Amino acid sequence: MSNPSVRPSRGYHPLAGLVAARLREFLREPEAIFWVYVFPLLLMVALGVAFRNRPVEVFRVVVCAGPQAESVQRVLDADARFRASVRGEDEGRLALRTGRADLVVAAPADLKPRYEYLFDPTRTESVLARNTADDVLQRAAGRRDAASVDDRPVNEPGGRYIDFLVPGLLGMGLMGGGLWGVGYAIVDMRIRKLLKRYVATPMPRSYFLASVILSRLVFTIPEAVLVLACARIFFGVTNHGSYLAVLLLIVLGSFTFAGIGLLVASRARTIEAVSGLMNAVMLPMYIGSGIFFSTERFPEAIQPALVLLPLTPLLSAMRSVMLEGMGLASLVPELAMLAAWAVVTFALALRWFRWT
Amino acid sequence: MSLAIRCAGLTKTYDGKPPVEAVRGIDLEVAEGECFGVLGPNGAGKTTTIEILEGLLEPTAGEVEVLSLRWRDRPDAIRQRIGISLQETRFSEKLTVRETLTLFRSFYRRGLEPDEAIARVSLEEKADAWIKKLSGGQKQRLAVAAALVGDPDLLFLDEPTTGLDPHSRRQLWEILSECRRQGRTTVLTTHYMDEAERLCDRVAIIDHGRIIAEGPPRELIARLGGRHVVEFSLQSPEAADLPAHAWQALPGVTGCRFENGTIRLSVAEPHVVLPALLAWLAERGWKLASLVTRHASLDDVFVALTGRQFEPKEETEP
Ligand SMILES: Nc1ncnc2c1ncn2[C@@H]1O[C@H](COP(=O)(O)OP(=O)(O)O)[C@@H](O)[C@H]1O
Ligand SMILES: [Mg+2]
Repeated sequence: MSNPSVRPSRGYHPLAGLVAARLREFLREPEAIFWVYVFPLLLMVALGVAFRNRPVEVFRVVVCAGPQAESVQRVLDADARFRASVRGEDEGRLALRTGRADLVVAAPADLKPRYEYLFDPTRTESVLARNTADDVLQRAAGRRDAASVDDRPVNEPGGRYIDFLVPGLLGMGLMGGGLWGVGYAIVDMRIRKLLKRYVATPMPRSYFLASVILSRLVFTIPEAVLVLACARIFFGVTNHGSYLAVLLLIVLGSFTFAGIGLLVASRARTIEAVSGLMNAVMLPMYIGSGIFFSTERFPEAIQPALVLLPLTPLLSAMRSVMLEGMGLASLVPELAMLAAWAVVTFALALRWFRWT
Repeated sequence: MSLAIRCAGLTKTYDGKPPVEAVRGIDLEVAEGECFGVLGPNGAGKTTTIEILEGLLEPTAGEVEVLSLRWRDRPDAIRQRIGISLQETRFSEKLTVRETLTLFRSFYRRGLEPDEAIARVSLEEKADAWIKKLSGGQKQRLAVAAALVGDPDLLFLDEPTTGLDPHSRRQLWEILSECRRQGRTTVLTTHYMDEAERLCDRVAIIDHGRIIAEGPPRELIARLGGRHVVEFSLQSPEAADLPAHAWQALPGVTGCRFENGTIRLSVAEPHVVLPALLAWLAERGWKLASLVTRHASLDDVFVALTGRQFEPKEETEP
């Protein structure tokens, strides 16, 4: 049609346009910003404070009433690590069972000094109290140490829970962001028939999928930088490896989880369906991939299954870099596993994707 | 005159239990520059038909040529030259009108400036408003602008005015009339005969996946025997026993149907029929319970063609 206002394209690329549209939509959604950027920080601060490593303060010991009770109590109280009280045995057992005491000491009247320790072998502080009290009482009874010992307490950044947690939170953010950010957005557009409207234009379909993945990357990097910066400022968490390696892991992880998000959303027609699928996909990783605690706590038998989850190699590689300063060259198995997840999920998603 | 659309033997059966035969053999030819209307009740197969023409659905059988091209051979070439408004699209709520149209413009090799498309649908005042803030009619105009922004040779509009208030409908009619004046080929589906009458050069009425009538709207209504309808009911029960030909004997009455105690006369000129009717009733001492006169509608054409009532109102459309 000859029309003066008809122009050829002004070089504005559809892919750039699609990414810009996703970014604008995201930035205009305050709730999304909260969940993506603020929530991981709050979680980090809460967990970092709750599980900060403290030296064991004082052991609470109950000494069972008896002829020797007074002297035992005196020995223990002389040591700043104990707070001892004399009570009946039943009362002592109750205090131990309910966590108000760490140790119960009984000293039957005998010729030689003899002690009975009641403690809870499943409670770290109870075991510690037993061993420390034994040490003190043995020395008081005249034991001499055979070797001389110097204690040099170490509390360096790197070994604390928060140091373990930060890479876990980074990975969790990548997983949640990839699945929710991609999966939810796509199903929402499918419901609104916007996907169908897009395929009714000459825009190549691959541009649309690429725009979803690229916009994920654009959201992810500031999110990760923010978590790392806050971890450093508030908890002194440092990166023992190279930042380039961390960045590469973040990029690879965000591709992988965007691919999984794409696959999860490839056919779903309702928000309920895709939410259910996403939760089913994420739950095993929340629990089994080592976000909050090491996967080594799980039985040996299920370890091989945990390694197959995509978040597990990501977290393990992230920790190897950040905590141990390893280079990517030594993390090839983890990287290969992540890349395999990314490639396979993309391929399947492209194949199954429902546009209408 | 060359054809913008040619389709023959189009059928579409949706898989399912039981399978739905949505389209059962449709042949259509739309000439270049023509505004063609597809009319029919809900579930008639309008959307299915238009989406096959738009290349969004595969037909089960049949041939489609759009702008003398086939979807199989040149999908991109066709897409560059057509503009589409789906029956229901919700654009991203937090983008502005201009941002949305700029995005859609970037998909086409050539087309209108986004601001030009905005002007075509008179949305200048809302150019920088979020889509969330638009009324139903404004959203529908945006959908038309998104269809126009690639400056298409062929425009497809699926129920562009359904669910809109009368004022918004009229605004859209003006926009579409303007497109028609520019000679842009348009295919639109609609529920409303008055809309088709106003906008379309030709219409096809479809029912149960088949075309039951095709031609210029005036001609279809003329086939009814009259462009107006006089609808009334009486307080006197014995009137119900009167056969149709008794009513048709009144001067100017060309058709008569009964329904639930209502008598419906097709008439060419109400000002001739009404005095005669009232005199006739007075002669017998029959009193009116109600009386309405209106333009003949799709309802009437449809009832005349199928013997069925033109099914539920548009609110029930999903
Ligand atoms: N995706 C689908 N799957 C199964 N049946 C469908 C589908 N889409 C439409 N139908 C059925 O096909 C028939 C025609 O629908 P449609 O073309 O939307 O009619 P209209 O647009 O005229 O209201 C209806 O009976 C509808 O229920
Ligand atoms: Mg429809």
